[in-house]
Amino acid sequence: MSATEQSATTSAWSRFVHQRRLVVGATITVLVILLALVGPLLAPHGENEVTGPPFSGTGVFGTDYLGQDILSRLLYGGGIILLIAVLGTVLGMVLGVLIGVVAAYAGGWWDEVIMRLNDVTLAFPQILLALVILTAVDQPKTWMIVVLIGVSHAPRVARVARGVALGLVSRDFVHAAEALGERRSRVILAEVLPNMNAPLLAEAGLRLTYSIGLVAALGFLGFSTDPDKANWGQMINENRLAISTQPWAVLAPVLIIAIFTIGTNLMADGIAQLSDRGRD
Amino acid sequence: MTSAQGLGGAEQIELPERADAPGAVAPPRGRFGALAWALWLARRLGLAVLTLWLVSILVFVATAALGDPVRAILGRDYAANQARVDQLNGLLNADQPLVQRYLNWLGGLLTGDLGTSLTGLRPVSELIGSSVVNTLGLVLVSAVVMIPVSFGVAMLSANYRRRRPDTVIQTILLGLAGLPEFVVGILLVALLSTSVFHLLPAVTISSPTGHPWDQPRAMVLPVLTLVLAVSPYVARIVRATLLEVLDSDYVELARLKGIPEGVVMRKHALLNAIVPGIQVIALQLAYLAGGIVVVESVFNYPGIGKQLVDAVNAHDVPLVQALSMIIAAVYVVVNLVADLLSILFTPRARTAISS
Repeated sequence: MSATEQSATTSAWSRFVHQRRLVVGATITVLVILLALVGPLLAPHGENEVTGPPFSGTGVFGTDYLGQDILSRLLYGGGIILLIAVLGTVLGMVLGVLIGVVAAYAGGWWDEVIMRLNDVTLAFPQILLALVILTAVDQPKTWMIVVLIGVSHAPRVARVARGVALGLVSRDFVHAAEALGERRSRVILAEVLPNMNAPLLAEAGLRLTYSIGLVAALGFLGFSTDPDKANWGQMINENRLAISTQPWAVLAPVLIIAIFTIGTNLMADGIAQLSDRGRD
Repeated sequence: MTSAQGLGGAEQIELPERADAPGAVAPPRGRFGALAWALWLARRLGLAVLTLWLVSILVFVATAALGDPVRAILGRDYAANQARVDQLNGLLNADQPLVQRYLNWLGGLLTGDLGTSLTGLRPVSELIGSSVVNTLGLVLVSAVVMIPVSFGVAMLSANYRRRRPDTVIQTILLGLAGLPEFVVGILLVALLSTSVFHLLPAVTISSPTGHPWDQPRAMVLPVLTLVLAVSPYVARIVRATLLEVLDSDYVELARLKGIPEGVVMRKHALLNAIVPGIQVIALQLAYLAGGIVVVESVFNYPGIGKQLVDAVNAHDVPLVQALSMIIAAVYVVVNLVADLLSILFTPRARTAISS
């Protein structure tokens, strides 16, 4: 098989595979999001309704440590994770893109200072940043977790955004806009940003995956905003000790988080592959 | 990418092309070899120190200035128990101005005095000694397992490049890469110790004197979890590099000369994948510093991650400050070493000093 022949067949094969990845990932993601949104309507019992003794076999998955119906808690528990993860991702993307694009566009000294400060925040694993800030807080509020996740994403997004923007700021259409006397903010908003869509979309998908993991991990570690409300991460924490006697109380939320993150990650990878092909 | 940028980006490597660019490290340049090396090292060390200093400001402000830790510790007792409020405020020197407290704390850090834990009322350095050792052990064992596993998977995948086994491996790796560590950990517990098979202990039983590796069976699940959390990234980057090399002209020439494919893989492809491999392994080792926080909590492993979570729960400010500085320092040092190794392993960069 000659080299060109081989690359033709492989690219057709990989295009198929990657589109399939995107389709499968997006389908899973949408299904889990739907479940989280309409779940409360489907739940057979209330969020805090006691349906039997603790860790008994009543209901589909049995009851949890307080005797609440696990299936109902599961159906209620996605909304808060979804809300925080999506808002945190959006905040992180907006902050990160702004920082990255301004650094790339301003260049020189500004770029150096911004990216060096960026490196400092990168020396912090995301979960660590969240924990450090939660130290001095008595009971975290929902908006705090959103801000924490957004802020911890921002430097990572900024690196990517800067890289993408650097390839754009020296292009002719940007120079043309500058020559026409456009304001700097307008050049960034109207010329640079619209051309960064595809790679940033892939980054957003990736960030969403990490956001879900982070929110769930914080819940798992016992830092949730409202201890009474159902929350997949916190459900794992509450019922962990009974994993051998009542495995579904732990495994059901674990599996749904696993399915969700696999879905968003496949989706992000699919978008990345598509946008790579679109470039040049 | 410059050497400085090598500092960051624990998970930037999702898209292989971001991290596998050759020459990811700016090599030392100059006429005089030793001097160029010294200058490069000094600059790089300076940068690491600068980073740590800024991190210390971040840690201090986040823990001491954003909220009121004393109020958080005491909760409802805050209004009732004035003596305890005064005691805790005294320990935190809350009456001094913030800058003064920061400078005292920084001075203490530099001289090895990490302060007094608010909950144990013992010096922080006494409390963290054994957990630092335990965590280092866990990370070391995980790294020793992770590196050959991920290179092996990458070579296997690259060997079947873009055919069925490769696609299957890549999809599995992609799925694993998205999973949060605690999800992997709990699934492993359910599979191997509680629900399906009863092979391994689910938690580490810590004794105050010994180390967790005194019971090797209890180490298996934490190590396996960390390996599964980290290997997918490394394997994907190494595979991407291997494929790039395998498609290159000089490998084509080697094949035309009749060199067997196995030798091509070992001698030509693998050696060229070492430098990007080091970069991504360093990033992932640094990432492990965050991963241990969750994984140690899953397995009740007596290391700094578990200790940090407990300290945050107890609002034990001095302990949190010390532990987060340690984790950040590990991150910075690992990146520094990775940059150095990358230069030593890149002939172009190594010889650039004498050109």
